[in-house]
Amino acid sequence: MVAQNLFFGVLSAIMGVAAIRVVTTQNVVHAALYLVVVLGGVAGIFILLAAEFAAVTQILVYIGAVVVLFLFGLMLTRAPIGRTSDLDNTQKGIAVVVALMLFAVLAWSQLDAFGRVVIEPGSVQTSGQVGDSIFLQYLIPFEVISVLLLAALVGAVVIARKD
Amino acid sequence: MVLENAWVIPAIPILSFFLILFFGKRTPKGGSWIGVAAIGAAFLLSVVAVAQWVSLPKTLEVSAYSAGAAHGEDAPAAGAARGEAQENEGHAVVFESAAEGESAAGDTGEGESAEGESEEGHGGAQAIREPVRNTVTWYSNGPIDIEVGTHIDGLAVVMLFVVTLISLAVHVFSTNYMADDVRITHYFAALSLFTAGMLVMVTASTTLLLLFGWEAMGLCSFMLIGHWWEKKENSSAALKAFFTTRTGDIGLLVGISILFFAAGQTFDIATLNEAALTGGISKGVLTIGAIALFAGVVGKSAQFPLHTWLPDAMAGPTPVSALIHAATMVVAGVYLVARVYGVFWEGFSISAGGVNLGAVIGGITILIAALLAFVQTDIKRVLAYSTVSQLGYMVMALCVGAWTAGVFHLFTHAMFKALLFLGSGSVSHAVHTFDMREMGGLRKHMPTTFKTFMIGSIALAGIPPLAGFWSKDEILVGASEGGYPIMLVMGLIGAVMTAAYMTRCVWLTFYGEYRGHGHPHESPKAITVPLIALSVMAIGAGFLNAPGIGLFTDWTDNAVTLTAGVEHHAFSITTALMGTLVALAGIALAAAWYVKNMGPHGITKRNPAARAGYTLLLNRYYLDNLYTGGIVGSIKGPIARAAYWVNQNVIDGVVNAVGIVARRGGDFIYDIVDQRLVDGAVNGSASMAGAGGGFLRTLQTGRVQQYAAILFAATAIFAAVLIFVTI
Amino acid sequence: MILNQFLLLSAVLFCIGVYGVLARRNGVLVLMSVELILNAVNINLIAFGAFHDNIAGQVFALFVIAVAAAEVGVGLAIVLLIYRNRRSVDLTEVDIMKG
Repeated sequence: MVAQNLFFGVLSAIMGVAAIRVVTTQNVVHAALYLVVVLGGVAGIFILLAAEFAAVTQILVYIGAVVVLFLFGLMLTRAPIGRTSDLDNTQKGIAVVVALMLFAVLAWSQLDAFGRVVIEPGSVQTSGQVGDSIFLQYLIPFEVISVLLLAALVGAVVIARKD
Repeated sequence: MVLENAWVIPAIPILSFFLILFFGKRTPKGGSWIGVAAIGAAFLLSVVAVAQWVSLPKTLEVSAYSAGAAHGEDAPAAGAARGEAQENEGHAVVFESAAEGESAAGDTGEGESAEGESEEGHGGAQAIREPVRNTVTWYSNGPIDIEVGTHIDGLAVVMLFVVTLISLAVHVFSTNYMADDVRITHYFAALSLFTAGMLVMVTASTTLLLLFGWEAMGLCSFMLIGHWWEKKENSSAALKAFFTTRTGDIGLLVGISILFFAAGQTFDIATLNEAALTGGISKGVLTIGAIALFAGVVGKSAQFPLHTWLPDAMAGPTPVSALIHAATMVVAGVYLVARVYGVFWEGFSISAGGVNLGAVIGGITILIAALLAFVQTDIKRVLAYSTVSQLGYMVMALCVGAWTAGVFHLFTHAMFKALLFLGSGSVSHAVHTFDMREMGGLRKHMPTTFKTFMIGSIALAGIPPLAGFWSKDEILVGASEGGYPIMLVMGLIGAVMTAAYMTRCVWLTFYGEYRGHGHPHESPKAITVPLIALSVMAIGAGFLNAPGIGLFTDWTDNAVTLTAGVEHHAFSITTALMGTLVALAGIALAAAWYVKNMGPHGITKRNPAARAGYTLLLNRYYLDNLYTGGIVGSIKGPIARAAYWVNQNVIDGVVNAVGIVARRGGDFIYDIVDQRLVDGAVNGSASMAGAGGGFLRTLQTGRVQQYAAILFAATAIFAAVLIFVTI
Repeated sequence: MILNQFLLLSAVLFCIGVYGVLARRNGVLVLMSVELILNAVNINLIAFGAFHDNIAGQVFALFVIAVAAAEVGVGLAIVLLIYRNRRSVDLTEVDIMKG
């Protein structure tokens, strides 16, 4: 118990700081790197919650592909290297307010709903179980997802090609 | 049968009026021959009517109505007759038919007798011809029956003859006299209509129909006097004639209305006379009615004070003057008195003698008109004033009780006055002027005209044995025997003056040397033949009622005069001699003055009194000035000014005020209501919409992140609401 | 461990991601913030899956990961197109739909 809580605390602190740095840093590449930290932290949380397949997939897909994609995007759009000053737009204040509002609503409702309910992941949810579930119970969504990925692939190519 | 269908006689000129009006312009000579033919036919029918009337047997017995006072009848017998009559009939009727048999006595003339009958026979009654009546009910409403029809008796027959004869003479005369006139068709149409009107009036059985003819004549007189209306004085004269006679007609209308009700709601003249003479109408009502009717007589027959229109009416063509203002229209008033005599007899108390309104006015008219005839230079004016004077004789005669004399004088006067007028027309045709100062010595150039004119003048002056003597003598006898000595004196003085001014007229026109500039010659046949015909009448007409012959009296005796007890006075040598002597004296005086130049010539220049008198005569007693300036002007002026003031200030004020109010209202509505309120509202709403849109537009920045911000915020709020509401 | 700590962590990440979406100029950075949001959602899903001992939580999260990847691909393609047309990926300049 204690080890999990401690682990969780450290992880969430790192994630929080990193997330805040993602949205406030003045260096786009640093933002991408901070994103990596956040994504890794998320994977750790997944481990805490005994979802091993999700954790690994998270690292593989997100950190391994998505962030690379982001970096490529930054490169292709000539992202300014180093610190720049104009990375935030004028409605920062409103954004803070809105975010806080949302957080308030979310937090309150969560606290009100679940109070101090304890969560005890009994056994690890193995990859086998995930595989079974996907291919048996959630087969159709799986197929749809594959079509979606295909569409996204084609779409991205179509949109971004030079003609 | 002409007598029953006497309505044909006026109908022919009415028909010719319409024919000439519609077709005259297309016929040669402007339709004049249509008129001549029509009047010729009417004349022939009138002659036949006279003949038929004369040959009627005397079947009607009439006795005088005595309401107590002796009238030369047996009072008890008359009373018995009255009493029995009242028993038999419902009303006091004294007329009886002496025909053996029943009330079917109408077989004598195939006409209905309006008088009720009862079998009576007693001494003192006189037999006369029964009038021929032919009436139809034109309109009836309850107890009131308005009839139209003819009532032919001696008076009507005589008038028919006179009117158609003179009208025929004038028509023939006019074919030549008016041959080149610009409006010859209208002239003959008006002449026909006029003749029709007079004939209608003469044969009328009701006062309403009489009024109709009276007014038709007034209209035609207006049209004919103003025939050459291009000259202002002619149209003014026509208007003057019309208005003056109209003034009298007010009284006529009032009188007819009063007598309608007094006679028991009927317009019938015979009923009216009967009621008047037998006490059916009260004396006061009769007097008022008589005075009212007399007003019409004064106007139409140019008595003092409404005589002023007649001399000015000479502005019309001479044949018109001959027809209308000598022989026919002006005697309409006299005819009215003669016809409705019962009313006047009782209303003016003619039998009482002394003075009465009609006699006085008649007498005054004789004198003032005769005086005026002396100072005229226009030959037609002399004749006009002479006509006024002779009309005074007729009215005076009727109002002193000499009924037959008055009517007989009407008859003879028509002849010689028409002759004189047509003679003056012939003269003017030759010398192209009516001014006697430019005539003279015409007897050498125009013998026929001269001779006929002379005959007419002698007849007018009353020299025996011409027509005027007999009639004037009867009048004088009537005045003296009827108890009117003043009227006798007036008549005698009038006779002197008549002879004198006619002598002057004849002297100035036909004797001496010709003072004019033309080439006088005798007139053509169409003009001289009527003159000759009328001169024959002027000579012979008088013998109709000469003592011993008395045909006129016999023919014209009617129930009214007999009931009234009008007396026929015998021929009096004294009066005859007096009349002749004064006439000769008048001629002698005039001859002495004008021919021999004796007497105080130029006295008007020396003597202020004489000059004043002369000026008074020249200005016709200033009556015209009094009428137009004084009476009419004083009414017209203030009223006209008042009306003008009302128009300018009140009416225009109201109109202008309305306009101003409307304009101010319009301005106000435009400024305040339209510009500010309405436009303000419209513009305001538009600008509000614009402002709203502009405001909303700021939300639409096109920036996705802003939309996202709003989206998230709304989501948060929504969620919060959802949560808190459900909890 | 109480459930709420995971949920709160997820809420925090979510709101930070929302802030980033609203406040960042660079299009790529906005997409990164979207990733944050998606990951927060994933944490939530997995937590509930573990709470209820249901494999669906994980499965759903896997699907989310797939979709997110696809979305990032397409999104970056769009950003590239914007960059190609406008020479910048400043989202405040993309206001052609301004009213």
